[in-house]
Amino acid sequence: MATEDVVLLDCWASPYCMRVKIALEEKGIKYEERAEDLFGGKSELLLTSNPVYAKVPVLLHKGKPLCESSIIVGYIEETWASPPLLPSCPYARSQAKFWVDYVDKKLFDAGGNIWRTKGEAQEVAIKDFIEVLKQLEKVLGDKDFFGGDSFGFVDIITIAITSWFLAFEKFGNFKVEDHTPKLSAWINRCMQRKTVAKVIPDPEKIYEVVINLKKMMGME
Amino acid sequence: MANEVVLLDFWPSPFGMRLRIALAEKGIEYEYKDEDLRNKSPLLLQMNPVHKKIPVLIHNGKPVCESLVALQYIDEVWNDKAPLLPSDSYLRAQARFWADFVDKKIYDIGRKLWTTKGEEHDAASKEFLDCIGVLEGELEDKPFFGGETLGFVDVALIPFYSWFLVYEKFGNFSVEAEHPKFIAWVKRCMEKESVSKSLPEQEKVYDFVALMRKKFGIE
Repeated sequence: MATEDVVLLDCWASPYCMRVKIALEEKGIKYEERAEDLFGGKSELLLTSNPVYAKVPVLLHKGKPLCESSIIVGYIEETWASPPLLPSCPYARSQAKFWVDYVDKKLFDAGGNIWRTKGEAQEVAIKDFIEVLKQLEKVLGDKDFFGGDSFGFVDIITIAITSWFLAFEKFGNFKVEDHTPKLSAWINRCMQRKTVAKVIPDPEKIYEVVINLKKMMGME
Repeated sequence: MANEVVLLDFWPSPFGMRLRIALAEKGIEYEYKDEDLRNKSPLLLQMNPVHKKIPVLIHNGKPVCESLVALQYIDEVWNDKAPLLPSDSYLRAQARFWADFVDKKIYDIGRKLWTTKGEEHDAASKEFLDCIGVLEGELEDKPFFGGETLGFVDVALIPFYSWFLVYEKFGNFSVEAEHPKFIAWVKRCMEKESVSKSLPEQEKVYDFVALMRKKFGIE
């Protein structure tokens, strides 16, 4: 299949884009990455492919656009069967989708609240973030991955956001490992995978992105 | 194996209505349990410890939470009748996208119509009608979002019609005047028993909201 068949409108720092890239890598799909300048000027292609939200990631498969990262990963899972990212049993699939929804609703925003706030508000934000991590650690239990023995959908959706954890830790002055050591071990386990290591950027670079975001938003 | 289905729900919840419609479309028998959300049952707290919200679908004792997750579960398990999602993976992704759009927009913006005032309220009124317009555009000339038959997006969206008296009175607009094609779609959906029997009367929902406004001290 030609590379031009699969195009990703991308931003290297976006955990939502990272998810899609990891899924494509896991399935061994060749794709073309097109970097979008989200602050300088979004491309015509992005604006026409995602008229509703004008956001990345957008996956174009044979020219047809797909938007919203969890939905894109679902599409990748259904279009390229191997290796499977979701279990085959409907109940287990529903549980995986529930946790994908939980991560989508809670994790990134909880982390974002840490660097967006100071003082007491920040303390509350850190507490809320750690509660989300503890919930995820509970779900992981003693399994190697959220998918069980194998790396799957929930792992992909979640591991992308962990690239921003160093930034949250530095601004909040805490360490994830101190609160959820099993989850930290899971992060390291995922980072051993070629597909993940290839896609996840250096967390120090993400930290710099957040510093710049704060400057842009006029925060000190 | 016995096929026991229980639905923990709350009668005015559009999210609960989604599951009522799906279960009716598929001809699935189930036990309906209406929750008092000010006094949640031990069963609800046990079955949805993470969010403590309705609806919860309980199938043979195992809970499925989050209405769109439960809709997909129902579609996968009872796949012999009335499919909600198409078989083509691109069309499935599109259906999920629009159901997600409904989730992100309609409920929260609709809520602002009866809980806010002034600038925030006016902005919400405009945004609500814009969203209906976007959905109307997506429908095009199809009878339903699912094509010839009721599909995933139809089931996700139609429950909000039971709240339209609330939205129109507090939003101070008429959806039919602004988006007649949308209302034509509504009427087609309401002709189906699975839909009309799953939605409460608009007046009942309006009375419920009037009560909530009094309770929250909203003028």
